[in-house]
Amino acid sequence: MAGEILYLTELLGLKVYDLRRRPLGRVRDAVLVPRIHPLRVDRYLIAGGGGYSWLYVRHDQVARISLDGIWLSDELLVPYHADEYALRLVRDVLDQQIIDSRGRKVVRVTDITFEIRAEDSRDVLHVMEIDIGMRAVLRRLLQGWVPRRWIRRLQRRVPPNSIRWELCNIVEPDPQRRLRLNISMEPLEQMHPADLADIVEELSPEDREAIIEAIDTEVAAEALSEMDPETQAQIIESLDASKAADILEEMAPDEAADVLGELPEEASEEILEEMESAPKAEVEELLEYDEDTAGGLMNTEFIAVHENANVADAIDALRQRQELVDSINTVFLTDTDDRLRAALPVGRLFLAKPSTPVSDLVREDDEVIQTTTDAPAARVLELFDKYNLLTLPVVDEEHRLAGVITADDIISVLRNR
Amino acid sequence: MLRRLRHHIAIFFAVIGPGFITAMVDNDAGGIFTYSQAGARYGYLPLWTLAPITLLLVVTQEMCARMGAVTGKGLSDLIREEFGLRTTFSIMALLVFTNLANVMANFAGVASSLELFGISRYLTVPVAAAGVWLLVVRGTYDRVEKVFLAASSVYICYVISGFLVKPDWTQAAIYSVRPVLMLEPGYLTMLVGMVGTSVAPWMQFYLQAAVVEKGITAREYIESRLEVIVGCIAMTVIAFFIIVACAGAIHDVAPRDIQDATDAALGLRPFGQYAFLLFAIGLFNASLFAACILPLSTAYTVCEGLGFESGVNKGFREAPVFYWLFTLLIVVGGGVILWPGFPLVKMILLSQVINGALLPLVLIYMILLVNRDRLMKKWKNTRFYNVVGWSSVVVLIGLTVALVILSLRDLMAA
Repeated sequence: MAGEILYLTELLGLKVYDLRRRPLGRVRDAVLVPRIHPLRVDRYLIAGGGGYSWLYVRHDQVARISLDGIWLSDELLVPYHADEYALRLVRDVLDQQIIDSRGRKVVRVTDITFEIRAEDSRDVLHVMEIDIGMRAVLRRLLQGWVPRRWIRRLQRRVPPNSIRWELCNIVEPDPQRRLRLNISMEPLEQMHPADLADIVEELSPEDREAIIEAIDTEVAAEALSEMDPETQAQIIESLDASKAADILEEMAPDEAADVLGELPEEASEEILEEMESAPKAEVEELLEYDEDTAGGLMNTEFIAVHENANVADAIDALRQRQELVDSINTVFLTDTDDRLRAALPVGRLFLAKPSTPVSDLVREDDEVIQTTTDAPAARVLELFDKYNLLTLPVVDEEHRLAGVITADDIISVLRNR
Repeated sequence: MLRRLRHHIAIFFAVIGPGFITAMVDNDAGGIFTYSQAGARYGYLPLWTLAPITLLLVVTQEMCARMGAVTGKGLSDLIREEFGLRTTFSIMALLVFTNLANVMANFAGVASSLELFGISRYLTVPVAAAGVWLLVVRGTYDRVEKVFLAASSVYICYVISGFLVKPDWTQAAIYSVRPVLMLEPGYLTMLVGMVGTSVAPWMQFYLQAAVVEKGITAREYIESRLEVIVGCIAMTVIAFFIIVACAGAIHDVAPRDIQDATDAALGLRPFGQYAFLLFAIGLFNASLFAACILPLSTAYTVCEGLGFESGVNKGFREAPVFYWLFTLLIVVGGGVILWPGFPLVKMILLSQVINGALLPLVLIYMILLVNRDRLMKKWKNTRFYNVVGWSSVVVLIGLTVALVILSLRDLMAA
């Protein structure tokens, strides 16, 4: 009856009656065709004739649906045939894992709730929710052994746990099928990269790769940076080299170098081939260093200006590298040979007049805490701890500024210990 | 070049853990008792069974590790996805019951092994239970795994105590390769019991879940398989030394039935304080180790199969079912040991019956799954593997049916 709800497990096994109220068979599956209507059950699959032949019942052939059965208004049923645009709820969704994009976790579908709606004076089913948790487990276990109405009464004692269908993301590794079933990646792309990373890590390797391959490259890069190094390497290695290169280009060079460092040599070289020259050069340079040294920890995303420049030049240099502005807190001063001379907190630039030489902003007692590319990681940690640093410049053997280590790099090192 | 070599060695060490730990836990209090009993009563005769047992173990464990690496999903997940909720629920219900009885047996092992040193069970069992709970709830998986791997090395105790007893090595060597079949009910019970304690349903779930948790993929599978095989062999080596120790110390003096595993330890006493000490320490370690793994593995398996949140890195509020189940298994499993009138022996016998009923079921589902194209792709079982797999199932079913009948008989008598 319109307005009531019906569960998928109740729908299964429901008897289907023809115009003369003779039973034709029982429901075996419900089919959604998202390209036609995102929520309405388009067809029912019924098994008739002793269960050997499967038939489709279209939604506009049904007159009434209730807990007692389905009554048809048209008997011209077509036999079952495979349909690539059809999502079969029992086969494809029930008992499978889906992503709850609001709760930001992976859940397993125990049941599906429908609402019975009136459309052109006939009953149709609209998918409402996916049921997880105890209530749905109880309902499914009892189904078939206890009358449907008794189960309804019994389950009231157990609190429900459901997710609105619109918030559910079906995991479908095949991109073609994803298109046919109209599965959008947008809800995943809207998530915080760290949440997305947690979700992806919970999935099987095949599903992981499918998601990373399908979502926006920038989002994929951000999510990937949040995962642990082994998972990163697994995913990157499974993608084809050009896609992997695209994602690595979006990552910070030090992180990209870490991922490549985890891969077998042939794989990482193949990916490097595909990368564009500028990020490639930075990553290659970083790959030279041992991962347990300052060189392995550092990244090359820093801003350095000549020591004779003035404040306006420095701010101009910041403008040139806008993508770094959110995370940067220090500007480095170098001499003509790129040798590190001083470190300047960014804030000081904004308090000074544009024409002031930057060297005037350096105070007498400003000593530049720095380290060399071959310093062991333990020494770097010590410096961060001792001087409460946010950024530590790293210089090469000729005292030229090679890169910087930031506090977030240190947090990853500590976490991975 | 150096980087590549380092890469390969790194992979091997990275995959060490799941297979080894599973095989070691397999020698829990129940296993040690069975092997001790075999040695005490029949001496070196039962040693020949160890080779076929190893083969059975390798075949079943390898399939699980392969499924875990290729699909990235646990066995209970796969059963749920492919066979539905009701099947999963029935298997889980049986698994919870047998594992609970196993937990009881292992807490009993903790209690009795420490009572050899004169420490009361009313002190040791609560402390052990609390320790187990804290280790798993407060530790991260990596750290917990390291503790477990360290615990595995304590099994070397059995090897040393085996040497200290100075058994007859020529006999041991001969009977390791010479099958002896006697149509005596006691001997048959012992044979069936040895297989039954070696291949248990929980292992399949635990191993596959651990492989997935560790993030081992098809690419590192070769190293992982090697690890599983090494683990299985290590397990049989330990079993060999337990049998030999009891054969040398008890059977060679006067063949008899032993009451429990501590009885075996006491039997070693005439051969020196060290042999006795090491045997008792080994028993304590094995019991505690299994008491850690079993509740954890059960909670994981059940929650994953039924779709509840699980994992030690989630909070109590996020994964309530997981934590409740885990806690209950420990509290009940440890609690009954302190309950004087509790029919522990009856429970353990009953659990062997259910174990026996569950194992063929689990194996059949496993072989069906490992042959599905959609899941396993090119990693499906080969024909040779299927022949070995199915015949193992048939043998196991035959043996477990025998074990069930024998246990039922004992249960009626008890």
